[in-house]
Amino acid sequence: MSTQTPDLPVETMDLQMGPSHPATHGTIKFNLKLEGEKVLDCEVEVGYLHRGFDKMCEQATWNQVIPYTDRLNYVSPLINNFGYALAVENLLGVETPPRCQFIRVAMSELSRIMDHLTCLGMAASELGAITAGFYMIEARELLMRIIEAVTGARLTISYARIGGVKHDLPPDFSDWVADAFRKTRRLLADCERLLSRNRIFIDRMSGIGVVSREMAVAYGLTGPILRSTGVNYDVRKAQPYLVYDQMDFEVPLGTKGDNYDRFICRILEIEQSMRIVEQALEKMPLGPIALDDPKIVLPEKEKVYNSIEGLMNHFKFIMEGIQVPAGEVYFAVEGGNGELGFYIVSQGGGRPYRVRVRPPCFIAMSAFHEMIRGHMIADIIPTFGMINMIGGECDR
Amino acid sequence: MQRIEKMGVWEKLYFPEVLRGLWVTGFRFWRNLFIHTLHLLGLANSLQAAMTVQYPEQRIPYPETFRGRHRLTLKDDGSIRCTACFLCATACPAECIYIQAGEYPDNPVEKFPLRYEIDTLRCIYCGFCVEACPCDAIRMDTGTHPGNLGFSRKDFVEDKTILTERSEELEAKGKEKLYEEYVSRYRRV
Ligand code: SF4
Ligand code: SF4
Repeated sequence: MSTQTPDLPVETMDLQMGPSHPATHGTIKFNLKLEGEKVLDCEVEVGYLHRGFDKMCEQATWNQVIPYTDRLNYVSPLINNFGYALAVENLLGVETPPRCQFIRVAMSELSRIMDHLTCLGMAASELGAITAGFYMIEARELLMRIIEAVTGARLTISYARIGGVKHDLPPDFSDWVADAFRKTRRLLADCERLLSRNRIFIDRMSGIGVVSREMAVAYGLTGPILRSTGVNYDVRKAQPYLVYDQMDFEVPLGTKGDNYDRFICRILEIEQSMRIVEQALEKMPLGPIALDDPKIVLPEKEKVYNSIEGLMNHFKFIMEGIQVPAGEVYFAVEGGNGELGFYIVSQGGGRPYRVRVRPPCFIAMSAFHEMIRGHMIADIIPTFGMINMIGGECDR
Repeated sequence: MQRIEKMGVWEKLYFPEVLRGLWVTGFRFWRNLFIHTLHLLGLANSLQAAMTVQYPEQRIPYPETFRGRHRLTLKDDGSIRCTACFLCATACPAECIYIQAGEYPDNPVEKFPLRYEIDTLRCIYCGFCVEACPCDAIRMDTGTHPGNLGFSRKDFVEDKTILTERSEELEAKGKEKLYEEYVSRYRRV
């Protein structure tokens, strides 16, 4: 006798998945309404990693916010650093020297590659392709070592400063990058061999978590999720900041807007990011890496040790902080997961009045129930993985 | 990587792809095994085998810029360089530096810290204190990572003695030796 008669009344079941589920890398809870294994509805509960970023910023000087921004999207902290610094510079009405801008572009793109590698590697390993996951983590490690050598830390980098960067790139930076990229390309080719025609992988990714164009725009999704639906919106192209307008790169687009498209968009973006870094290193001019304005940037140590004026500026800078004129600004950069915006209000003085972040994955999570409705429980994992929710950024 | 709209016979057969995957992983496995064997014989040391680093026996040296544990630098005559100006404590976003200033009986110009404590449980190793110091009195160039062994909160508070002794040790032993001693604790655990 079959245990599954078709007319058996089906009871819906409530299931709480998370907040610390081993397959969801990030503390988040899904309140699911299930019919058997099918997801009827899903309510996402975020906020488990809330640390009060907005409030903390109000108590810090403008420069002291930078370590906090490291901890937003901790997979690509450099982009957050630069995004915040750019927003404040915008409010100050200053522009950093060209070399600094090129450094920022190169470092942001390195970060973006790391972000994508982590996301893709984890997504692949969650579907059982753990080897591909390890290869990508290996590539990430290569880049991580470069970032560590440049900034002095692996994760909590605190590299940007308002009006510049902390210090210059090491002299053999381009050699390291060339070497790391050569290896990364080889590793990615291996991953492609493992995944591109792998039936399990395609079956699990294709047609799952579909978002239509209209829905993506209506929800305000950005980044790879939006581009996977075919909408050509990339902040780097739409409102070029830094020196992105001098770079030659393409924005990979998808067609269907499912997980498979997102995966492919991200993989293609890695290649484009590598191209940007190579171009930036080629074009990078010599010159100062920070503004020469003692009101915005700490004076050089030489001046501080040897001249009274330098010492005075130094004291004033530390004790009072940067004096940002009253006003408000919204500035967006393209983060690893989409448009990362900083809305900053200043009432004048040494501390921000309000710093609000537009986190890309928080907005993506708001559309999650639409993506998963009608699919199986097991599909939650790749869909969630391809959104790449980062707790630190989503919950702040 | 390209999107495959419709799976062909190759993908549907499933086994050719399994074999191809085994070839990729197998190639790496045998290559790594071979290179590791060569390494054991002392050959081909420039070739890299598996990425894994057998910490703490092996390690990747920290870069020059690495922000490690703090030290308070000393003047040539061995006295402390810090003038208790409180700039580092002001710049610190974690508010983890505690300074109590004292005066030299014979020198009305300069002060010195009676107490200088860094609570490393609060410290986020951002390096702002180093940047803020106007007389190069605090540095984070010891090349050792933050301490993580201790049985009470007190064990993590680094006071003036510890911080200055670290400078002397670094001077006497050099970075490499200091690190070696520091991680040797893990081998005993
Ligand atoms: S490294 Fe940062 S948190 Fe630690 S003592 Fe220095 S300023 Fe404070
Ligand atoms: S370490 Fe430097 S900044 Fe801190 S109190 Fe001493 S002299 Fe001032």
